[in-house]
Amino acid sequence: MAGLFSKLKEKLTKTDQKQQKSKLKETLTKTRESFVSKVKQLVTVHKKIDEELYEELEDILLQADVGVAATCRLMDEIRQDVKKRKISDAADLRNLLQGKMKELLGEDVSLQTDFPPPTVILVVGVNGVGKTTTIGKLAYRMRQEGKSVLMVAADTYRAAAIEQLEIWSERADTEIIKHMPGSDPAAVVFDAIQAAKKRDIDVVIIDTAGRLHTKVNLMEELKKVRRVITRELPDAPHEVLLVIDAATGQNAMRQAELFKEATDITGIALTKLDGTAKGGIVFAISEELGIPVKLVGTGEGIDDLDDFDSDEFVSALFADDEEDEYDEYGEEDEGEGDDE
Amino acid sequence: MFEGLAEKLQGTFKKLRGKGKLTEKDINDALREVRFALLEADVSLPVVKEFINSIRERSMGAEVLESITPAQQVIKIVNEELTALMGDKRSDVVFNSSGVTVFLIVGLQGGGKTTTAGKLALHYKKQGKHPLLVAADIYRPAAVQQLEVLAKQIDVPFFALEGETPVTIATEAVEHSLSHGQDLVIIDTAGRLHVDEELMEELQEMKDAVAPQEIFLIVDSMIGQDAVNIAKTFHEELGLTGVILTKLDGDTRGGAALSVRKVTGCPIKFVGSGEKLDALDPFYPDRMSARILGMGDVLSLIEKAQANVDQEKAKELERKLRTQEFTLDDFLDQIKQVRSMGPLEELLGMIPGLGGAKQLRKIQDEVDEKDFVYLEAIINSMTLEERNNPNIIKSSRRKRIALGSGRSVQDVNKLLKSFEQSRKLFKQLSEMGTGKGSRKLKSMKFPFM
Repeated sequence: MAGLFSKLKEKLTKTDQKQQKSKLKETLTKTRESFVSKVKQLVTVHKKIDEELYEELEDILLQADVGVAATCRLMDEIRQDVKKRKISDAADLRNLLQGKMKELLGEDVSLQTDFPPPTVILVVGVNGVGKTTTIGKLAYRMRQEGKSVLMVAADTYRAAAIEQLEIWSERADTEIIKHMPGSDPAAVVFDAIQAAKKRDIDVVIIDTAGRLHTKVNLMEELKKVRRVITRELPDAPHEVLLVIDAATGQNAMRQAELFKEATDITGIALTKLDGTAKGGIVFAISEELGIPVKLVGTGEGIDDLDDFDSDEFVSALFADDEEDEYDEYGEEDEGEGDDE
Repeated sequence: MFEGLAEKLQGTFKKLRGKGKLTEKDINDALREVRFALLEADVSLPVVKEFINSIRERSMGAEVLESITPAQQVIKIVNEELTALMGDKRSDVVFNSSGVTVFLIVGLQGGGKTTTAGKLALHYKKQGKHPLLVAADIYRPAAVQQLEVLAKQIDVPFFALEGETPVTIATEAVEHSLSHGQDLVIIDTAGRLHVDEELMEELQEMKDAVAPQEIFLIVDSMIGQDAVNIAKTFHEELGLTGVILTKLDGDTRGGAALSVRKVTGCPIKFVGSGEKLDALDPFYPDRMSARILGMGDVLSLIEKAQANVDQEKAKELERKLRTQEFTLDDFLDQIKQVRSMGPLEELLGMIPGLGGAKQLRKIQDEVDEKDFVYLEAIINSMTLEERNNPNIIKSSRRKRIALGSGRSVQDVNKLLKSFEQSRKLFKQLSEMGTGKGSRKLKSMKFPFM
């Protein structure tokens, strides 16, 4: 892989970021451990491939919220491959499954923020998935990269949503545009774009109210917000991030479908991966809708946000509990932005 | 994405038609479909497995094997067992017979704890209680302000202490309520992951300090397989007394309800169904099981209709329909009533068989919410005389109405035609009119469909 050398280089130069990385490692380990050890256990228990092994693998996928359809498809393909290629060792089955899952996620696409300023990022999602927190972390990251950031409080509906974003803007040291609670989100966004143009802001991050994807009126409101952005800045929004809680089940698919329809989302931020939830629904979303996961949230801290790396993510899911595997995930993560 | 279980089961059994007798294997195939349906609805796998095993025996019984409609029989069994599992009837909330009652609201981040705390306060305020809303979420930015704003909205006293620990806040709040005449203390806690040992310990300390009558776990109804882990840990650590299911106004099948119920054994005491503070409803096990199985929520739909239809108007309308006095004004009224029941797509989602994404979307495409606006506009552009006697609307009037409403003449024609059709239809229906119950339903029908 091309990233190997840059990874080594980073290892030598970016020692100060080690601490941050080990935190990610720690949090993701929890997610992985149960999955990994389960697969590992299976493979060592079953030396041979039998019906029981298939069933147990299927169970693991289902319990990771991969979903019935995607799981069945994966398992069918694997069964066929085993037959075709006369695989008999249970350990090979693991690699096979790993390969298939990587395929589902497709190629990695990271968040693009280097457009001619201002880059506009619209953040959308259902209630309670962690939109505002993700924005706070993202803004902090942009600031660390030396960019000027303008946060936009376009959630004018939920009680104290504006205050919440304000606190994040202080923490991340960014500017903020806000109106009174209850005002028109599109008007806030309009003002923000004007301000960003005037003040030469690099990145504009727009926080929107949480809305269930089934609420037609609220989805229309979101379309309007998008229209206003595009009218004021023809290439914007450059990124539309759908935030999905990793604990969400199959409904995440519907969320992705309908938000895509309304706002043409460009990527997913998968949050709350520091629990025991696996977020397996992203496989189906990526396969069926072609929407890549771009960011993962791994905690409540301001630096608990990382680029999603499907390759490493999947290998990690299936890796043995060896230290260096985790190390690699942590390093790779940071390397992403620079490689692109 | 998913068709209803009913369709799938019918498909399974259809393949077997002409085969004579059903075998054990056929039933197993059917149960496999049930298994998938439950998994698609996000019921956790261990719970699904146990459930399937528990209904296997009944499904192998004569009522299925010898039935001419095995699909329906299986669904009946599944539905009954699911409903039973979800709790036969909703259990009530425990109150302290004397003194202060304390509710502790716990759950993951983003589940809707703060909103639910506000809803509970409003709910019990309406019942004559004197609630105190307590902000013990000292971690999330602006969480305290959020509860304060909600408290103001519903005019309920609010309690917070800056710089204190959640345990102290909770203890002081109970003290405060005693001296201020409040008899219900609702404590909103910070969202936390069940694997966060430190924060789980904090909850235990709060529990020990205030001895709550109810500890409610707030569960997002969109949650997936992880529901078992979450519910199990919270229950083990705290001894929950009830569950409140939130965000049920979306299109999630809500299988988490079953998982949580099964793992904790705690009743689901309320469901949250909207962002407004009065959107807190009782939990109905039968409706939930129908929803999980993708069979729609007919009962809720009917209730919604009844709550929104003005009974006086309905009676008057019925009389007019029978006597052929139904005018375009009444037609407009009907449209308004249907619309007052909530967004159309929400209503459609409750109709059995429309739960499936594809079908629902197809209908949504056909019946656009905007169509109603257009219909209203057209009728509003007519004179009173025209509304009472549509027969006088000839071509020049049609042109004027089209111009006035910003629609085309074709649209006006279409409206008049469908009005005429529904008038005929209602005439026929009223001639067939039977018992009172059916009449009630009839008056709720969309006259233009």
